Amino acid sequence: MPPWPRTASSNSPPINNPHIDLPAMPVLNEKDIQEALEKWTDHILAAAAQASSLGLVGLISHGDVLAQRLIRALELKGMHAQYGAIDITLYRDDLDLRAARPALRSSYLPFSTDGMHLILVDDVIQSGRTARAAMETIFEYGRPQRVELHCLVDRGHRELPIQPDYVAFRLENATGDVNVRLKELDRQDAVHY
Amino acid sequence: MKPRKDLLTIESLSDEEIHTILESAVAMKEIFTKSVKKVPALKGKSVLTLFYEPSTRTRSSFEVAAHRLSADVTTFTLSTSSVVKGESVHDTIDTLMSMKMDYIVVRHKNSGIPAVIARHCNASVINAGDGAHAHPSQAFLDAFTIREKYGEVDGKRVVIIGDILHSRVARSTSVILRRLGAQVAYMGPGSLVPPMAHTGIPQLKDWDEIFTWKPDVIYLLRVQNERIESPFFPVADYHQAYGVTEERLRRIDAQDISIMHPGPVNRGVELCDAAMDYRNCLVCNQVENGIAARMSILYHLTPATLS
Repeated sequence: MPPWPRTASSNSPPINNPHIDLPAMPVLNEKDIQEALEKWTDHILAAAAQASSLGLVGLISHGDVLAQRLIRALELKGMHAQYGAIDITLYRDDLDLRAARPALRSSYLPFSTDGMHLILVDDVIQSGRTARAAMETIFEYGRPQRVELHCLVDRGHRELPIQPDYVAFRLENATGDVNVRLKELDRQDAVHY
Repeated sequence: MKPRKDLLTIESLSDEEIHTILESAVAMKEIFTKSVKKVPALKGKSVLTLFYEPSTRTRSSFEVAAHRLSADVTTFTLSTSSVVKGESVHDTIDTLMSMKMDYIVVRHKNSGIPAVIARHCNASVINAGDGAHAHPSQAFLDAFTIREKYGEVDGKRVVIIGDILHSRVARSTSVILRRLGAQVAYMGPGSLVPPMAHTGIPQLKDWDEIFTWKPDVIYLLRVQNERIESPFFPVADYHQAYGVTEERLRRIDAQDISIMHPGPVNRGVELCDAAMDYRNCLVCNQVENGIAARMSILYHLTPATLS
């Protein structure tokens, strides 16, 4: 079953989000995220105007929701981008260190990535290990012409030489959990920290 | 899913574990459709297939599954192993543990041997069939195949036909299907079907009762000639009494029923030739789904060799 379109009700309870009912300080609210997505859309429009075939690939389970929203926003401004979503779990370098193994989610990449301009979309970048795994995953579907990494929040603490091409918010060297909530999965739009 | 070392029976699993393994099998199957049919999840891990009983498809299915997860596979074959030279199971386990295996896939003609091996080693042990006891990976692939065909297992009606008494497939598959909400019935030679008082599973008398019961799936068991010293009845009689004949296939088609079989099929015994080409024959889907289900099983087990 393709993850598109996906709503909060199709996947209950929300997964990957153990903090949903914990009170935490919202640092960004719905309006902030809305404005950030508008700027983000404009950035993609300007930067990828030359791209002949653009694809937005979201990292399950929050990046794919952001990718869907960006594609809808781009569509309204006349730019068409293909949608994909990938579960990078099987490519993680820390599988042995994780005690629990939740059910895998189906990746959805209905096109060959050969020659495409791809933008990997994720909610938070920290160590860079997820991004590394995502790059490895994406190359198993073809040879993209160019790959970019876009994230909603950069919280610092990098452990690999990987930097995103676009970041909406920076929380420099944040300590503690940075928790992105999106309406489609968590009933609200907010970033808690 | 919490860390679990071994997979010995379906009964030992929680509902959550059953659902998690089935769910991941869907994602595993999608790996087959990529240009690179391999993921690095078990890179550097070693898998041993230890089959004390002949098998082609279960063993190769586990091997393909392990390869697709990037594990290294070693095959231990009965005819060439020291078992024929008289080595005991315990000594074999010691030998295997010295080889630092992470996963051991075991088949043995005696019930309980995989459990003995599991108790004595750090590797994850997967029961690939022990005597007439259990065959959990077959149960997962059967449940996965029905779920793929109908969207869910809950509420489906499945009749299992054949020698139920000696069948580990019937035992494990009926358990998983009932845990997932399906209704199961048995049909077969009277002395080879356990009574409902012991199993809670109703017994249908003949094919007419099957068609009246309106099943979604008819699951034929293989006649295990190698397990029965003297045949209970001639093959032609079995086919007439319990097999899918061409006449029955027409009624199966009319009622839009699916056919399943754990393989290998004895053509002309359990199934007529035409049944293999029938539009709702799921035998080949079962083989394909077997790889996905076994990938999911390997992925979700946690060997004690890691800590």
